[in-house]
Amino acid sequence: MSAQNGNAAGGDGKRAVSTRTEVRRHAVLSQIKPWLYLLPALIFLGIFMVYPLFDVLIYSVEEGYNSASQTYFGIGGYNYAYVLRDPFFLQALKNTFILVIITVPVSTGIALLISLGLHSIGRLKELFQTIFFLPYVTNTLAVGLVFMILFKKTPYSDGFMNLLITAVGGTAVDFIDGPYWAKMFVMCFYTVWVVLPFKILILTSALASVDENLYKAARVDGTSSFRIFTRITLPMISPMIFYLIITGFIGAFKAYSDEVAIFGTDLNAAGMNTIVGYVYDMLYGDSGGYPSYAAAAALILFAIVLTITCINLLISRKNVHYT
Amino acid sequence: MNTQNTYDEIGKRYRTGARIRSGITYALLTVWAVIVLFPFYWMILTSVKSYGTYNAEYVPKLWTPSPTLQNYRDAFTTVDLGRYFFNTIIFTVVTTVLMLFVIVLAAFAFSRLQFKGRDLLFTVFLSLMMIPNELVIITNFVTITDWGMRNSYWGLILPSVTSVFYIYLLKENFEQIPEELYKAAKVDGTSDLKYLWKVMIPICQPTIVTITILKVIECWNSYVWPRLITDDAAYYLVSNGIQEIRENGFGRENIPAMMAAVVVISIPLIVLFLLFHKKIMAGVSRGGTKGI
Amino acid sequence: MKIVLEHLTKRYPNLNRKIRTDVIAVNDFTFEIPDGKLIGLLGPSGCGKSTTLNMICGLEAPTSGRIWFGEEDVTDLPAERRGVGMVFQSYALYPHLTVRQNIMFPLENLKGADRLTKQEMEARVLEAAKMVQIDQLMDRKPSEMSGGQQQRVAIARALVKMPRVLLLDEPLSNLDARLRLQTREEIRRIQRETGITTIFVTHDQEEAMSISDMIVVMEAGVLNQIGKPQEVYDDPVNLFVAKFLGTPPISVFEGKVKGGRLYLGQDCVMDVPGLPDRTVTVGVRPEGFDPDPQGTMTCGLRAVEVMGRDTSIVAEHPACPVPIRAIISTEDLPEEGAATVRFRLKPAKVHLFDPGTGERIRL
Repeated sequence: MSAQNGNAAGGDGKRAVSTRTEVRRHAVLSQIKPWLYLLPALIFLGIFMVYPLFDVLIYSVEEGYNSASQTYFGIGGYNYAYVLRDPFFLQALKNTFILVIITVPVSTGIALLISLGLHSIGRLKELFQTIFFLPYVTNTLAVGLVFMILFKKTPYSDGFMNLLITAVGGTAVDFIDGPYWAKMFVMCFYTVWVVLPFKILILTSALASVDENLYKAARVDGTSSFRIFTRITLPMISPMIFYLIITGFIGAFKAYSDEVAIFGTDLNAAGMNTIVGYVYDMLYGDSGGYPSYAAAAALILFAIVLTITCINLLISRKNVHYT
Repeated sequence: MNTQNTYDEIGKRYRTGARIRSGITYALLTVWAVIVLFPFYWMILTSVKSYGTYNAEYVPKLWTPSPTLQNYRDAFTTVDLGRYFFNTIIFTVVTTVLMLFVIVLAAFAFSRLQFKGRDLLFTVFLSLMMIPNELVIITNFVTITDWGMRNSYWGLILPSVTSVFYIYLLKENFEQIPEELYKAAKVDGTSDLKYLWKVMIPICQPTIVTITILKVIECWNSYVWPRLITDDAAYYLVSNGIQEIRENGFGRENIPAMMAAVVVISIPLIVLFLLFHKKIMAGVSRGGTKGI
Repeated sequence: MKIVLEHLTKRYPNLNRKIRTDVIAVNDFTFEIPDGKLIGLLGPSGCGKSTTLNMICGLEAPTSGRIWFGEEDVTDLPAERRGVGMVFQSYALYPHLTVRQNIMFPLENLKGADRLTKQEMEARVLEAAKMVQIDQLMDRKPSEMSGGQQQRVAIARALVKMPRVLLLDEPLSNLDARLRLQTREEIRRIQRETGITTIFVTHDQEEAMSISDMIVVMEAGVLNQIGKPQEVYDDPVNLFVAKFLGTPPISVFEGKVKGGRLYLGQDCVMDVPGLPDRTVTVGVRPEGFDPDPQGTMTCGLRAVEVMGRDTSIVAEHPACPVPIRAIISTEDLPEEGAATVRFRLKPAKVHLFDPGTGERIRL
């Protein structure tokens, strides 16, 4: 193998000259090429994310927009005022807030307990982990139907849940078409059931990533289990807990399809609508055709979520121990 | 001697305490495992009860002596479950493939190519991650309606073929490939596309598989967009299909048949999960902790 | 292939935006590398040697100046058109490909007339693998191999294209000491067998001296000296080159020239006829100290380190702020318990430099 035979790139002068123009083309191409790679992403994001972002703002201030004729009377805050006075919206707002306030702390707390339990056991750990994660991969619309059946009281049957309740001496309740608090209970229960897998997973991996030597050092110093938990474990995983709380708030505020799964598509009739549900109802379906109201409601939701996220971030900045 | 006894005593107490604590832990974990699994058990159980048996049980039974597959036959014949299933597969496959194409190219441009405004553009991309879907879905609904794409596959697919988050995830992964590998390939005259295809994608295969799985789960379970954009049952996906079945499906409240449909819908993802549970859980945990 | 660099310069914009002046990585390089030689590009880290290599390779474009391969101006050619093979410090092997696939990778990129058939490729791959003696490991993945073996694969991958020029960027720095010795012999052998003009970058002067036909010493983007290793060692152009080459390093004294004689502190060590009276920086190679009871230079003895074949003496002298090191043969060992040792200096091993500029003062 010598340098002289078979020069892969050729060494004759003619070729060197012909490459001159090629070089220039190469330089131009190298500035255009990145944009070609980005083009599909830019097109899709432009049409389906950036443009809608401005469009939704415009919709929300166009008063009396008619989707059939695409005309409107004027510009102003009427849509917001209408939405904020709409009893359906207020009901949805109330439902969403109750759901958020109950499910976020409850699910985070249960997830923490379960993760601690998982972290402390040796055998069957992986089996439990796999089981606990199962709801994450299921179609929540489909499994919601199962919950509906478990909780529903019909003329033919009290349903499984009421069987349990009467067994311990309670009275049967219709959780699906019955009193408000019963429906709210099912809604919260199902939401917790659905969001737990993710939280357990995140907290388990956070616990696993805490340096074992810290525990060993604490045990050598004779620290009690409780103190180890409050002084070592909790501070070390606090960033993840706060992360889950923040994402939990955001997720819970956007609750919608879980409710549809249990109470059906007509959430207003069930009195179980959520803000997102209100947005879609305004957009489409029997009550639809009002994109302006939908846009106003969506922006109100966005403002609420943004405010709460900012408050959360402020609190976490003060309290979270970052390693 | 005395001290020795004391130590033994302490050790014994400690071991007993540990045993009790671990017993309680296992008990609590089992309780939650039952709560998680019970709905699955119940849907399978109900789906094999005959219509008559189910409605005759005023007190629901936890076991059925004579299971039947009739409900599964009904689920595919009385309602159009097969159609919903087929639509969902098309939607999932096409969306996932298109998305991979779009995000791989974008992530490559952001991670390996030099061009003016790259960092600024990437910051804009990142800030798009904060935009909730609920905000943009209104206009997208109008856009797709204006394009006459309601009740069509393209109407279902187009809005979900990009994901800023996955671009971000993949770009981070691409950037971990040593710069020298790129230089070596350049010296060897490898074109960018070939380098992407032959080197970067194989090396980042685990991340790409993770993204694929996550996207498939997302597609399979998507409800809001299909519900908005289709009102022709010929284009329903499983999620709005099951709602349709619930509200107008089997005429009389045929719960066992409904449960059969639910089982059929749930099975593909559960099988996928059982096959790849390690990969899926690792992927979700990595994706979940990287950002919102 | 002869390589000529003409006024090669590379500037980078300063990363600190407040400073408007550019960082000059490589400043006005001009030198010629004869065909078929092994060249060591030597300098401390950050001196611009890797930038130079990248420019020769085509991975970076020079700010100004030209690069010639033989009679061909390759300055504007993209890397893949230059016919260069490159071995990277981290080897840059594709982790998902086997040894065979790694070596074949460059051949698969050839287009048009250069395109090879499958058989030709296989043959070339095997030839290259045999050359570096890894033909037994063709189906392993890089992660299943030792650092030394990975290094060989990287060299084979660079050779398989039959490059006009072979470039090695710190090829030995990721290997342990024993392998390093072995591998540098290997590189020497391969270079001899193929006759490919080879440039390798290193910060290890011993490595560069031991295998290069020529070394190029760089400092802060400036070319200091180019020549055969022994010539550069024996005849450094400035204090930097003198200090950079040689282990143990050259001992540096503050000296004075007075009436044609060189004084180190109080000791008059040498005649320097023709030099005007002035202060000078004096460098003495470790082998330039000759122990002699009648010697002109008296040093405090600190330690004697026996290294087998010869002996290293650590001593101190008032004109040198740091301990001086001398290599002497074992016969000349000072008496045990001696507090001082006297040396005579060998004039050929003593170099004088200007204390301000560091330039060599020739006698």
